[in-house]
Amino acid sequence: MATEERPAMENAMGKLTRKDFLGSLEPKWCLGCGCYGIFKALTGVFPSTGVERERFAIVSGIGCSSRLPYYTNTYGFHTIHGRAPAVAMGLKLANPELSVWIITGDGDALSIGGNHFIHLMRRNPDIKVILFNNQIYGLTKGQASPTTAVGTRTKTTPGGSVESPMQPLAMAIAAGATFAARATDTDGEMLTEIFTAAARHKGVAFVEVLLNCVIFNDGAFGMFTNKASRDEHTIRLKHGAPLLFGAARDKAIRLRQLKPEVARINPGAPVPDDIAIHDVGNPDSSFAYLLSQMGHAGQPLPLGIFRQVQAPVYGEADAAARSSGSPSIEIEKVLCGPNAWTEGADGKIHPLSTR
Amino acid sequence: MSAISSNSGKIEEMDSAVLRFAGDSGDGMQLVGDLFTKTSAISGENVATLPDFPAEIRAPSDTVSGVSAFQVCLGGIEIHTPGDQVDVLLAMNPAALKVNLKWVKKNGTVIVNEDAFQPRSLEKAGYSSTPLQGSELESYKVLKVSMTKLTKSALEGSPLGLKQIDRCKNFFALGLIYRLFNQSKEYTARWLQKKFQNQQDLLAANLKALETGWSFGETSGLFPSTYSIRRKQRTRRPGTYRNISGNTAAAMGLLAASNRSGLPLFLGSYPITPATDILHELIKHKQRATVFQAEDEIAAIGSALGAAYGGALAATTTSGPGFSLKSEFINLAVMVELPLLIVDVQRAGPSTGLPTKTEQADLFQALWGRHGESPVVVLAARSPAECFDVMLEAARIALHYMTPVIVLSDGYLGNGSEVWRVPSMEEIPEIKVAYRKDAEGFFPYARNPETLARPWAIPGTPHLEHRIGGLEKEDKTGAVSHSPENHEKMVQLRAEKVARVAREIPPLKLHGAPNAELLVVGWGSTTGVIRQVVERMSERGVPVASVHLRHLNPLPSDLGPILKRFRKVLVAENNLGQLWYRLRAEYLLDSERLNKVQGLPFKAEEIETKIKSVLGV
Repeated sequence: MATEERPAMENAMGKLTRKDFLGSLEPKWCLGCGCYGIFKALTGVFPSTGVERERFAIVSGIGCSSRLPYYTNTYGFHTIHGRAPAVAMGLKLANPELSVWIITGDGDALSIGGNHFIHLMRRNPDIKVILFNNQIYGLTKGQASPTTAVGTRTKTTPGGSVESPMQPLAMAIAAGATFAARATDTDGEMLTEIFTAAARHKGVAFVEVLLNCVIFNDGAFGMFTNKASRDEHTIRLKHGAPLLFGAARDKAIRLRQLKPEVARINPGAPVPDDIAIHDVGNPDSSFAYLLSQMGHAGQPLPLGIFRQVQAPVYGEADAAARSSGSPSIEIEKVLCGPNAWTEGADGKIHPLSTR
Repeated sequence: MSAISSNSGKIEEMDSAVLRFAGDSGDGMQLVGDLFTKTSAISGENVATLPDFPAEIRAPSDTVSGVSAFQVCLGGIEIHTPGDQVDVLLAMNPAALKVNLKWVKKNGTVIVNEDAFQPRSLEKAGYSSTPLQGSELESYKVLKVSMTKLTKSALEGSPLGLKQIDRCKNFFALGLIYRLFNQSKEYTARWLQKKFQNQQDLLAANLKALETGWSFGETSGLFPSTYSIRRKQRTRRPGTYRNISGNTAAAMGLLAASNRSGLPLFLGSYPITPATDILHELIKHKQRATVFQAEDEIAAIGSALGAAYGGALAATTTSGPGFSLKSEFINLAVMVELPLLIVDVQRAGPSTGLPTKTEQADLFQALWGRHGESPVVVLAARSPAECFDVMLEAARIALHYMTPVIVLSDGYLGNGSEVWRVPSMEEIPEIKVAYRKDAEGFFPYARNPETLARPWAIPGTPHLEHRIGGLEKEDKTGAVSHSPENHEKMVQLRAEKVARVAREIPPLKLHGAPNAELLVVGWGSTTGVIRQVVERMSERGVPVASVHLRHLNPLPSDLGPILKRFRKVLVAENNLGQLWYRLRAEYLLDSERLNKVQGLPFKAEEIETKIKSVLGV
């Protein structure tokens, strides 16, 4: 398809625009699918990063979300179920100049690819991961996924799911993610802000996006996305700001013996001292982990950046060693190892000096 | 060697000799076997080795399950196998004797550490009374040496603890064996000096043990005669040599392929016996290779495929269980047509099987063990040193044809070693590779008319942005296509591409008597032993020919005509007949087969017996 696509022309201002990142294929997600919103925000962020288009590589697994590379005019690799992190690791290590983005879903990243996901987080490569979490298997037509809420009726849980759902952010943070964030598919502004921050982060950046599956799990996140309810049920995380929420900004989170609880506050008055202040840069991940557990039992669901810290980036030291010049030992000496010898035409044997 | 004088009487000359070092897992038998091998190689002999160790790291001491052995055949002639029958067995304890006596030829020499033959150790080994008295060892030359005590008294005054002193007895034994074979201690002394340069007490103790063992052999009158290896003719041309195991040779082959192609090398791997040594070796060369120890076998190959996508010479190394896990990614590599090397150091299966024992039973899986029509090039190394050449060839094919290539080695080749002539880079042809850069007329699945390879356009290249993936591709454009006709065309194109690799295969070589009635066909690691038998029988007046396959898919184009020339064909392999089945399917060949699945390579005798029965002689 490459030649049928728009050539990589820059516009009159010399800058790439969102259009430059759109492939020639029209996306084929269902009408109303949350994937559209995420796709729109992402392709909007790419040109703003200053990275040349050819340096973007999108690696995906299998599922509705993982079709995204086909709709994006960058390098793209639609791999196999759950294994995008493995391919992305090799690609990034072999080609450190690339901006590598993994597109995955809740089944892809957390079920069949759970192991790779954990190790991607702990190693901290400079790779961005966007997990499209719709709490259902869509492409196989409606089975329970690892994030499906208890009680949800699906084709494989006709009596309602009884399994405790996995919490992707909690898992990522526990595994050592240096950047962890959550947004909803309907909030383009927040998506843009978070994707931009993820792109700038040096190290692994994990973004969970809650998205609606109109066909098999419609309305699963309605409480968090509907205008009427979202302010009461979500809390927007801002670095350095107290954890306030509610349309009237009359509710807040405070910690009682490591347990977050909802406190009523006076919106006009100064924020009480015991209200928690968000700190994305805290080297200790405990608070970010606590936040990742919220969203149930009357507590609001936090949205925004949970954690953003610096740590050594996987592969950078080795890449620096390799690019520091030609190897110090000749290939022939490498092949000889420490115990080679030479045999002359006279049959005499001379050990090679050991290095 | 003639320079070494002997007080203990006559020296017997031998063309070749087989030694087996056996002891408890912690006795250091692999180490002394390896040092003996290197000493022999460096003094001009040809060698072939067979490490034979348990899967347990330290099984309970003195039990038969904890016995670790190392066999080496050395000779002044060409050596193709570690030998069927042992001339000299070193047994460090009763269990080692119990397990290994069966390998020793009648009238062979058995050297035992008699201090270890205590009631408790005898009982653990399953002896009701000591075999050192009684009739069991009647037909062997048994040399009883008090190795523990002699080592201990030699090291009196050493600051080392008793346990550490006891551990030095393997070097006593090695010194003794060096004396028996009139070999120099020098290489071993140098090795010890390097190994223990910062541990002077250990260095002094081990050197002393080595020296004491040697002197004991010299002065005790233990050996009625000693041995030396006769050099009939020069078997090695001038050059640089080293002793090398198959796994190390595979690693070196990858490094050389990276050098000759100018591509960065990437290895994605996960530890698994008996393939891990390739990973260990490459990690030493950080300036030359990116080595990624993945979280599992799937991630290991996935990372390698990602690296191939990014423009690296990419490989993954594994053994049976890991090879099974990699199937889905091999299929993705087939679909996206990227160069990828998959090395399977086969071990006895199925499942965990016998992790440290060899087998050739992954051939079917390599050929056909994937869903869909999934043609892959399959090569097999035929000797430890040939692992080097096979990796180079695999890289050349993968890069020229843009295809995954499976390389089959096995535990016997991977751990076994032989003398290898180290090539210079000028001797190895360049591997020409060019990434696609030109946007003019670029289609991701347009093909080279000769090789049918698609272009390699790596991420980062301006104007060539494109998508690949596991969904079926449209011919030429590479767009996702569900068209029935296109799918059939692509299936056939992928098959044809792999079939064309046959053009690269040099003519097959026949060994033994080319006009014989019987042709023995082998592949991979059975080569040495089959060749040895066939050549020896032909020399002795029973003409037999053999051919040894390195290319299992595609098969060499001259194989069919060669098979037809012989009235009888025998296929010998360490499985239940996988190549036999393939040849039967391919050529409607009616052939005999010889199969062995004991986790051990063939003995020459087993092949000779079968050949005689097929020929009726």
